[in-house]
Amino acid sequence: MTSPLTRPRRKNPVLRTRLPNLPPGGRSRVALGLTAAAALGRFELQCCRDCGKVQYPPSEACQVCLSERLQWREQSGAGELLAVTELAHSNDLFFRERLPWRLGMVRLDCAVTVVAHLHGDCAAAGARVRVEAVLDRSGQGVLIAMPDKETAHMADDPQLREFTCDPKYRKVLVTDGRTAVGQAIVHSLIRAGADLIWVGQSEPWKQFPGIEALRTLPQVSLVPLDLSDSEAVSELCAEIGGRVDIVINNAELHRPFGIAARAGIEAARAEMDINYFGLLRLAQGLGPALRARGADGQSSAVAWVNLLSIYALSNYPPHGTFSASKAAALSLAQCLRAEMRPAGVRVINVFPGPIDDEWNQTVLPPKVSAAALATAITRALQQGIEDVFPGDVAQEWLARWRDNPKALERELAG
Amino acid sequence: MSTTLLQLVSELASGAIRVIDLTQTLSPDFPQIALPPEMGQCWPFRIEEISHYDERGPAWYWNNFSCGEHTGTHFDAPAHWVSGRDLPNNTTDTIPVGDLIGPACVIDCSAQAAADADYLLDVATIERWEAVHGRIPPRAWLLMRTDWSKRTDPVAYQNYDETGQHTPGPNAEAVRFLIDERQVIGFGSESIGTDAGQAHYQRPPYPCHYYMHGSGRYGLQCLSNLDLLPPTGAVLICPPLKIRKGSGSPLRVLALVGA
Repeated sequence: MTSPLTRPRRKNPVLRTRLPNLPPGGRSRVALGLTAAAALGRFELQCCRDCGKVQYPPSEACQVCLSERLQWREQSGAGELLAVTELAHSNDLFFRERLPWRLGMVRLDCAVTVVAHLHGDCAAAGARVRVEAVLDRSGQGVLIAMPDKETAHMADDPQLREFTCDPKYRKVLVTDGRTAVGQAIVHSLIRAGADLIWVGQSEPWKQFPGIEALRTLPQVSLVPLDLSDSEAVSELCAEIGGRVDIVINNAELHRPFGIAARAGIEAARAEMDINYFGLLRLAQGLGPALRARGADGQSSAVAWVNLLSIYALSNYPPHGTFSASKAAALSLAQCLRAEMRPAGVRVINVFPGPIDDEWNQTVLPPKVSAAALATAITRALQQGIEDVFPGDVAQEWLARWRDNPKALERELAG
Repeated sequence: MSTTLLQLVSELASGAIRVIDLTQTLSPDFPQIALPPEMGQCWPFRIEEISHYDERGPAWYWNNFSCGEHTGTHFDAPAHWVSGRDLPNNTTDTIPVGDLIGPACVIDCSAQAAADADYLLDVATIERWEAVHGRIPPRAWLLMRTDWSKRTDPVAYQNYDETGQHTPGPNAEAVRFLIDERQVIGFGSESIGTDAGQAHYQRPPYPCHYYMHGSGRYGLQCLSNLDLLPPTGAVLICPPLKIRKGSGSPLRVLALVGA
């Protein structure tokens, strides 16, 4: 049984902070199919369209009939643990620091045998397990065998925690506490066991509902933060940067206009200033500090969450300038992901459908509630998912976009 | 050379005439006027470093800054308001430069503003002030001292509640009186506008903007140090930036005060 996680002791300041090492990150292009699915929290394997065989490891052609008509399909992951081994020695720097390390061989019900990392609660050979594809600290998809049934404190397994970004006992910066979404994120993090949550507040003279209530929560510390103000951003980053384990950048500015519906560029510029440049300012301020703490003990720096929008994938013309700013933010988030990768700090992009707020007041449901969005963010951290699409609209648009981005563009043009 | 000017610079040099800075420091920390979010917004002051004796410029330090025409201590030209849109010489580049140096009368409303954030300066108060300090001369600035600039916490300075901003200003009759009866050149305040925070509900809305600018007069807001000025006798120097068709501009406001 997994021992429940305990609050980490304060670290000994005379000892050097351990630098991050990464697990092997090289993959062939075809093997990245596993990573692409794992980024969404899915376990997919190649299936042959000609003979129907499911195969692992991924390769260019079907291992049975040599067909090149292979398709990645979602798998249940159910299977039987055939053998267990414990790694006691490794020359790989990442695993060397984490020994002993358990591995297992699993026979999946789809008749494929895989080698997988092993959750500590997986019993001996013969047990039923559920294989999941997760991202490792290199950002690559790997397999982990989980116990078939939920066990107590399952998320606290030390080996599993090397793949997740659990906020439990971690210190989080939420960049905007003024919105219902920001406040819901704070409450969700508290439920998930976050130790300390800095909550950004811009223009403190404006009376936004709910923000004063945050002040009464013992885990919360309200801090001045306006992402349009480079000086303020760098000051806060200097102040708390060395302690932040998770950044949740939920600050956004949204004005529902296309090109013709609003004269001038001021509203669009304000969107870019928060949604794009705000992310850039924050990343320049906090990135180095997070990178330095990627392996800093149990509560290491572990994740950076960006609140983007499904409109980042394809422009939604009635909210055209907002879409463009989120597309810019998505592109920058990819840069951030690349720059955070050497430290094993995961960049999670969240692409909600329309949020149920005042700027989507005239948008028809379904809309994502603040609570649902917050839950999706916390779950992504707990499960280590990299790209999150909360809400029915986001799920549907994602499917249409993956199928045919040109068709989606044409459909959104009305 | 005029002996008056020689005497002026000599008294400035000797300290017989003091120069008082009535300007708030331009910084990102100073709040800007906020309109309902669906409307266009004035930029707050923002500053980005170009280089600081570093790889971006080894021997020099400089910044780019951005702000609105109405950020920080700033000047309102007549074209700022719709009532002044068709007046001649109504923008920062065309207003007569002779208008930018002039006498100032300071009415101390600090006690009233401390008691009531929504305090409105009225004609009777102006007349009581004149009974003590003399009639407001033509083409003088009327500065309303409220000590609002001493509210260094932006929350207290902005003073919002759920019904909006609560800051002092003049009432409509006082504005008309200053224009029609006293021919002031402009009105200056310490808070974020020349009008009161709740002036949207006055008749007409924003009377100081509406009447002053409609009559070709000017506004100064976010002033500080008005408590250091005498009720009469100070001379204001307040040239805005020469922005083409500018509706206003941040500026340095100086007051000359005799011994």
